[in-house]
Formats: sequence, structure tokens, C-alpha cells
Amino acid sequence: MAFIPHTPADVEAMLATIGVSSIEQLFDEIPASLRVKSLAGVPVELNEMQIGRLMSERARTDGRPLCFIGAGAYEHHIPSAVWAITTRGEFYSAYTPYQAEASQGTLQLIYEYQSMIASLTGMDVSNASLYDGASAVAEASLMAVRANRKSKSLRILIPRTVNSMYRRVAVATAGNQGLRFEDIPYSPESGLTPVEALKKYEGEDITALVIQQPNFFGQLEDVDALTDWAHAHGIFVIAVVNPTSLALLRPPGEWGTTGKGADIVVGDGQPLGVPLSSGGPYFGFMTTRMEYVRQMPGRIVGRTVDLNGREGFTLTLQAREQHIRRAKATSNICTNQGLLVTAATIYMSLMGAVGLERTAAASHARAKDLVAALTAVKGVRRAFVGPYFHEVVLLFDRPVAPILTSLASRGILGGLDLSELYPELGYALLVCATETKSLSDINSYVTALGDAMQSAVRAA
Amino acid sequence: MRAQERNHEKVIFEYSHPGRGATDQWPEELPASATADLPQQLRRTRRPVLPEVSELETVRHFTRLSHLNFSIDTHFYPLGSCTMKYNPKACNQYAMLPEFLGRHPLAPESHGQGFLTCMYELQEMLKEVTGMQAVALSPMAGAHGEFAGVAMIRAYHRSRGDLARNEIIVPEAAHGTNPATATMCGCVVREIPVNDEGDIDLEALRAAVGPNTAGIMLTNPSTLGVFERRIEEVARIVHTAGGLLYYDGANLNAILGKVRPGDMGFDVIHMNLHKTFSTPHGGGGPGAGAVGVSARLRPFLPLPIVGLEEGNRYRWLTEKDFPQSIGRLSGFMGNAGVLLRAYIYMRMLGREGMSQVGEYATLNANYLLSRLKNAGFDAAYPSRRASHEFIITLKRQARELDVTAMDFAKRLLDHGFHAPTTYFPLLVPECLLIEPTETESKDILDAFVSAMTQIQQEAEQEPERVTSAPHTMPVRRLDDVRAAKQLDLRWKPTA
Amino acid sequence: MSNVPPDLQYTKTHEWVRRLPDGTVEIGITDHAQHALGDLVFVDVPEAGRALKVGDPAAVVESVKAASDVYAPVSGEVTQGNPGLAAEPEAVNTDPYGKGWLMRLRPAPGGATAELMSAPEYQKLLQTEAA
Repeated sequence: MAFIPHTPADVEAMLATIGVSSIEQLFDEIPASLRVKSLAGVPVELNEMQIGRLMSERARTDGRPLCFIGAGAYEHHIPSAVWAITTRGEFYSAYTPYQAEASQGTLQLIYEYQSMIASLTGMDVSNASLYDGASAVAEASLMAVRANRKSKSLRILIPRTVNSMYRRVAVATAGNQGLRFEDIPYSPESGLTPVEALKKYEGEDITALVIQQPNFFGQLEDVDALTDWAHAHGIFVIAVVNPTSLALLRPPGEWGTTGKGADIVVGDGQPLGVPLSSGGPYFGFMTTRMEYVRQMPGRIVGRTVDLNGREGFTLTLQAREQHIRRAKATSNICTNQGLLVTAATIYMSLMGAVGLERTAAASHARAKDLVAALTAVKGVRRAFVGPYFHEVVLLFDRPVAPILTSLASRGILGGLDLSELYPELGYALLVCATETKSLSDINSYVTALGDAMQSAVRAA
Repeated sequence: MRAQERNHEKVIFEYSHPGRGATDQWPEELPASATADLPQQLRRTRRPVLPEVSELETVRHFTRLSHLNFSIDTHFYPLGSCTMKYNPKACNQYAMLPEFLGRHPLAPESHGQGFLTCMYELQEMLKEVTGMQAVALSPMAGAHGEFAGVAMIRAYHRSRGDLARNEIIVPEAAHGTNPATATMCGCVVREIPVNDEGDIDLEALRAAVGPNTAGIMLTNPSTLGVFERRIEEVARIVHTAGGLLYYDGANLNAILGKVRPGDMGFDVIHMNLHKTFSTPHGGGGPGAGAVGVSARLRPFLPLPIVGLEEGNRYRWLTEKDFPQSIGRLSGFMGNAGVLLRAYIYMRMLGREGMSQVGEYATLNANYLLSRLKNAGFDAAYPSRRASHEFIITLKRQARELDVTAMDFAKRLLDHGFHAPTTYFPLLVPECLLIEPTETESKDILDAFVSAMTQIQQEAEQEPERVTSAPHTMPVRRLDDVRAAKQLDLRWKPTA
Repeated sequence: MSNVPPDLQYTKTHEWVRRLPDGTVEIGITDHAQHALGDLVFVDVPEAGRALKVGDPAAVVESVKAASDVYAPVSGEVTQGNPGLAAEPEAVNTDPYGKGWLMRLRPAPGGATAELMSAPEYQKLLQTEAA
């Protein structure tokens, strides 16, 4: 099925107008030696009924296990209205809003999104999205280099408590432009980044410090002390945050005790109405202070008026972008994640501040229930002390991988094995619970864990 | 109901009333003790400003906003270089099966063989239609794929100790992302001219290549809508000088099933799955910019990639399998949901459908070009065949009537057509880059010609109507200067 | 027809240079350049004390359709960026040779200078470019 509407009569009439006798003649400028002989490696076509069956079979194979993994992607309830509206053809199949008069729906929606996310993060302005949280950290680092005029070093301090998957992407993306990312160790008791670990950089030229809150371990950093330290030394603060948590936690715009707050805020917007779907599409958000707006990559929507004085919306500050500035653009980003922003805006409208707060509170409560239940199992304890938000690292007395396999065979995804990313922690597991988990789900986990522990060999 | 008759849709915050919300969607309120363990010093003191509206009010607001948009589902969008073809509903329906939607990116491979099978087969099909040796799916947009491609070229030269190669050659007609990408990869851009026929100036190319050449970024057919006829010679010149060839896949729709970039000599390509493979444009994304490479670039591919083990099991290939990889460009594995949609589309096309895409996209473009030429419009390259797109230049109308390509574009909106791409490529003055795609019928193309003819007549007799268009859209032309000078980028409550 | 005051010097990249009595030079963009850019919405001028080499990008002029670099025509140290342009970038459009000046530099002694043209030479350049 190629969705081609032409009848043979159409084709005949069109060829006559062009003045050729066959469609093949239209390719006569292309050297014959280059023409494809066969595409045997592509299967034969399927109609809708056939593809429907195939995909349903494949989906059935994957099933729907009970999921206690977080680590940057979080399962939350998504009201049906979110995707019912987002998949309306007028949003789904609309183009980038370059012709503003034909795109007021999308443009106004993005303006509303920018307003909501700026407020949620406590900052002045937002862009219209980046690819995901990881690439947003890369873009924020590049932006800090542009905006922090006092610094020339291109050195970015990135604590080990920041999501390593984000760090990898930042290195792969921004490393090519000379940025250097330097690790900061964490305290083994608290799982936090102590200000002491930063002291050795005092007096050196550092461009930015990345602070994740809650951090990758779920622990709550002392963001005020870290922010104050950075600003006292002329270092930009890049905050990486979970949007759901911002319903309860002080937003980065209010971090620090001097009234200055973070300089750039990024994160992944997936928790706001976007399904897990194997890791994408999600969207990265970025907000900043007004003074840095011209250094911010990506699209931005502004409100203005038309010829009749009527309010309207349009892309603005486009002179920074690739299609105008070309080699000197703030970024090469063109297509971003518009449809996901649509979903998030509808989600935030339905949930509002109160709904988001309750979601965050319920997620936190469930995480506490989970931790209490799991640490009651012999051989399981918390890795760190101190407050956390909806994710926790647990230490086991034996390797985690076989336990997870056993749990998976019972339809439970127990968490993320940290032995590859943080081998120094030992047998560590990052577990998460959100409002989607019931007490009976937690009981199922505990029961299955008990069985898994019994059958696993105890570490010597 | 015509858009202009509708009441202006307020910004959602203006519908807020304290205490309103989609309360049925909210979890139960918990006592304060549930979050008492969160330190006071870290807690929010004031609520964020988010809408306070009921579920029905939300649904109405966003549904009404959707009515203010053009979209493929409602309008013809002959946007050159964007490939605005029909987005089949089946792609959305089956990509959104609950098992696919609910799967965590870090779920084990044992609970993802269905999904991984689709991803592996997608890699294989993309290899076959592009003639490349290996494919990676994680870049999340065309520009992202471009970044991966140029980064791989650099990594390749570095791995051979060829550290001086940091120049990327780009034709002057190239899309803006090309030079922007080269800079992001720490390269220097060298632009070369195209000749009057739209082909690359081979003399200029010979002069531009040398020991500093990392590679050349090309689209074929080019952004001028014509096939680079001497592509094999271009490849020879660049390869002989030690450089690599990068293919910008934005125009793949023109040659799908007819010609393969790998056969033309390209070493690396990015594909825009949201163009050629019909995943939705979504008002600005999400896209997917899968990359394909020849054997010598395979070690550098971005991760992760799906691999096939014995016993027909699929798994993620990682840094252990690809120690020279340029790294990871996505937090997880890219825009999985978009990739699923592309997979479903390619399975529906099948091997027969691939070549039909190229054929009918080219038929539609040549038909539209002929009809517009017959109607008196000036083609930028009148002696050339159209590929899947072509350029009309309105420089005569601008000179004689003071009516520009922008004015035509705005007046087309009143006729119910989204404008073609305007002012790109930068080389051709007052240009319209027109790409009908294969999913449009002859009637729509005829209606478009009719509208253009009417606008031309209007430009001659009543130019004011054209230069102050659009007249029937929800807004008239917007004050861009004011938008950039008096920045209003978020709603603020009035005191 | 664009305005080309006879008492100034010009560069190929459409900057003008005025030598001030105190030995500093004043720099801006020409009438031709401002017209090509369209209404300016933002101007980024260098801060006092910044050292520039000839050919360095010294300022950015941004309109709705383009953001262009302005290059230093002489090597030297910036004594002042035009403070009025923050509130009124359009001064570059309405008065490019007067209120729309971008920056003042103290040229480095023995420092490099770009090829500077006289007004008639610049006029000729504009004519060839328009052809």
C-alpha cells in the first residue's frame, strides 16, 4: 500500500501534459548504471489487516510487566483526553509553524507551554523544546559557554550524581566543540555532592556546574549550597530537574540564598503526559533568565499583533537559528519534539498545580511504601541515608542481575541494576514507584523478591 | 464555519478559576505526613502558575486551537524539502498498542523481543533501500543525524591519524542545518558554487578539495530540485582527495526505490523518517534521523543498535561491540515511537511500494511543473526535469508588479493551500520550492494551478489584495519586528 | 540609491570608519547594509576594554530575517559601545552614520588595518554588487 490515488486515466492525462510516454522517462536524467535493480531485501507489501495482525502479535510477545524502574523515565497516569486531542489530525499532521497565519493553533499552544514550564521551573523564559533531557544538558552546556562571558575555559563540572546517560550524550555532542566535562565525586553515605568536593576548583576558570535534583539516585541535593558556591565563583548553574517533582520542590529559579537562582534549567518532560514507549519520543525542556534569551537554542514563540491590531502568535528570534544564521547558529536544531509538547501542555492543563502536587505526593508515598516493604526482606537495605524523592538505591547481599531475571520471569521489572554505571556501589539496584503502583503491586514485588532471594545463591 | 468568524480563542490561563481542575483525574489528596520527610528548606513555597480549568474546558480549548491550524489531514502542503505526504492512520494505531506504549526503555530484552524485532527489521529495510552497509536509529531528527554523520567522518579521519582534515565542503544551495552541523562538529565550512543548470561546479570542487578535506555534504536530487547528473564524478573527485561523501536524505522521496545513495558513492547518509517514511510532523516534531554508513564507517556508528544473536534473539549492541562509536546521542535509544511508525509504513509499502513512491512523487512534480510553466510561471531550471520538487521564481513579478514570493505564499492561504517553501534555497531570488508528494491526486494539483493563476491575475489587476494577504485566516500578517523587539514570550497575570 | 557620506572610509563588508579628533575611530554599518537587513530588533555591541584584531567579529546586528556579524576594520581596544542602541536599535536604520554608530576603538599603534575604501570607491563597489 503506497497510498497513491492515481487511476490509469489520471496517469495518462498527466503524462500527456508533461509530454512523455511513460513515468520511467521522467528518470532519464539519471545514469542507467545507478538505477536500482531489485529491492529483494525488503519484504512484500502488507495491507492494513496484515500489518495489524503482525504488530498485535509482536506486542503480545512483549506483554505488560509491572514496572518499578525509573532512572529518567517515569510511569504516570495519563488522562485519555491528552492523546485523544494530541492525535487529532490538525495537531498530528501539522507542519512546523513557519507560516504563522496557518498555524495559530500550534503557536498559541507552544506559547501556553512556554508559560507553564517557565513558571514550573521558576524562570523567565522557555524555548519550544529540545530532543530530550540528555541532549538538553548538552545544549545547556553549549549555551553556558556562549552566555558566561567571563569564562573562556569551556570546562563543565558534572557531578557523578547526575544521570550518566545524560553525561554520555553531553560528551558525545558537545565534546566536538571543545567542551570538557569533569566528574565530581559523591559522598558514599549520603549519595550527595558535597561542596567540599568543589573546593579544589576555586580560583580556576570554570564555565558551568550541573546540578541534578532529585539526583540520579533519587537523593535530594543541597541545591542552595551548591548554587551559592557556583555563583560566588562566577560559574553558571545548569539545573537538571524532574518536572513532577517541581510540584513539591523549590524550583531552580529560586535556588541559592542570594536571590539569583539557576542560570539555565533543563530536564526531560516525559513525566508530563508522555508514555514510556521504549524511551521515546520524549522532549527536552529548557528555561532561562531573560538576559540570556538570545543565547537559547531552539524555537521560541512570541505574542504580537497583526495588521488589524489583533493578537497573534509567531516564531520569533529566528535570526539565531540554523535556517538564517547557518554556520553561526546557536545550534543546528530544526525539527524538535512539537507533538510531545502538545501532549504535555494538555496534561499540565488537566492536572494543574494541585493535580501535579497530588501526583508527586502520591508517587513519593508509594516509593516510601516500596522501600519499607523491600528493606523488610532479609539481605536488602538502603544504600544512602537522607531524604529522597520517589526513587531509591537499595543494596543487596548478592548480585542483582539473577534476582531481576527471576522477577522478570514473574512479570515484574524490579528496577535498574547499577553495577555497570556505578560498580563502586556493589550490588545496587535503583527502584522507583509512582502513583500508578498500588499496595497490592508492592506486595506482589515483595513476594516475588522473597522467592527470588531464596533461589539465588547467597554471596560468599 | 470560516476561521475568521470564530471568536478569538483566549490563552488558557484566561479561563482559569480558582479551585477548578480536571479533579477526577487527580490522585486522592494525602495528609501532610505523606511528604513530611521532604526537608522544609527544599520545598516549594508558592504554587506554580498552571491553568485551573475543568476537563471539558480543556478539551474545548485545545480542540478549538486545533481548528486554527492547517495540517495534511485538512490541506495540501506543497512544501519543498519537507515531503508532506499522508500520514497513514494505521501507523499511529499500531505504534500506540498499549504494550509498545507502556514499555520502559530500560526493560530487559527478554521483555522487548517484539519491539526489538521491529527495530532490527527497520534497520535492515533502511539498509536495503539506501544501499548502505549498516544503519543506526537513535538520532532524533534530520539535523541530529547530520551531526552523527559529520562526527563519524571526523572520527574516521582521526582514527587514521589524519588530523588535519577538518573542512566540510557544502554547495551554496545547501539547507542551513548543513553548515550549522559542520560548525557543531568543530569543522570549518567551505562553500562551492552551483552552475546555471543547477549542477555543482566541478572546477570549483576540484579547486576546493585537498589534504584538509574531511568531506562534502550533498543532497541528491539537490535542494534546487534537480538530479546531480555527474554525481559519480563528484564522488571520484572527493574520494581521490581523501574525503568522504555525506548524503543529506531530505530529498530521498524523489529516488526511493529508483536509485540508492550507497550506489552513488556516498559513505554516510541520514534519512528523515518524518519526511520520506511518513511519520507525523506534529507541529514541529518529533522526527527521527536514522543514519546509514558504508563498511569503513561502521565502527563509528552512534549507539545503541539492535543486533541479532543465535536463536533469533535480538539485543542492544553497546560500547563493548562498538568501542570506536562516536557515542550516544540520545538518553535512551532515540524516538522509538517514531521508529515504530516508520516500520509500519515501510511494511505496508513493501518492495513494490518503495519504487511507486519515487515514481509517483516524480510524476506529480513534473505534471505540476508543466502546468505552471504552461500557465506562464518561470521555472528556475526550465531545461531540467523536476525531481520530486522544483523551483518557480517570481523575480519577474517582484520586479514588474512589486509582488513577491512571500505575497503569493500568503494569498495561497486564502485559497486553502499551505504555501510552498519560500526563499529557500537562498540562491534563487523570490523562489517557491514546490513538492507535491505522491499521495496527492491530480485534482488537487489542478486546483493549485488554478489558484496560482488567479493570484497572478490579481497581482496584475489588484496587487493590493495580494500584498496585504491573507484576508481570511484567523489572523492577518503579523508584526515580526514587534515580536522580536517587544518580547512577549509567556503569559503573565495582569495585576 | 544609498547614502554614502564623502568624508568617511569604507570596508568591503559594508562597515564605515570615521576618524575622531582624539585619535579614536568610530565604526558603524552603511546605509546599504541597514537597508539589506531590514528593521533591526537587537544590536550586540562590544564592551569597553575589549581587544580586537582586524577582521574579528566585533558586534552583531540582528533583524527579523538575519543576524550579521560586524567586523573590526582596525586592530585596537574598544573605548565604548554605543549605549543608546539597547533601547533603540532602529537608530542604525534611521541614522546609520550618526546616532546609529556601533562602537569606538583606540587603534593599536602600528596595528593592522583592513583595506579601507574612499566614498567613490565604495560607491563603485555597490554598483558592481547590484549588477
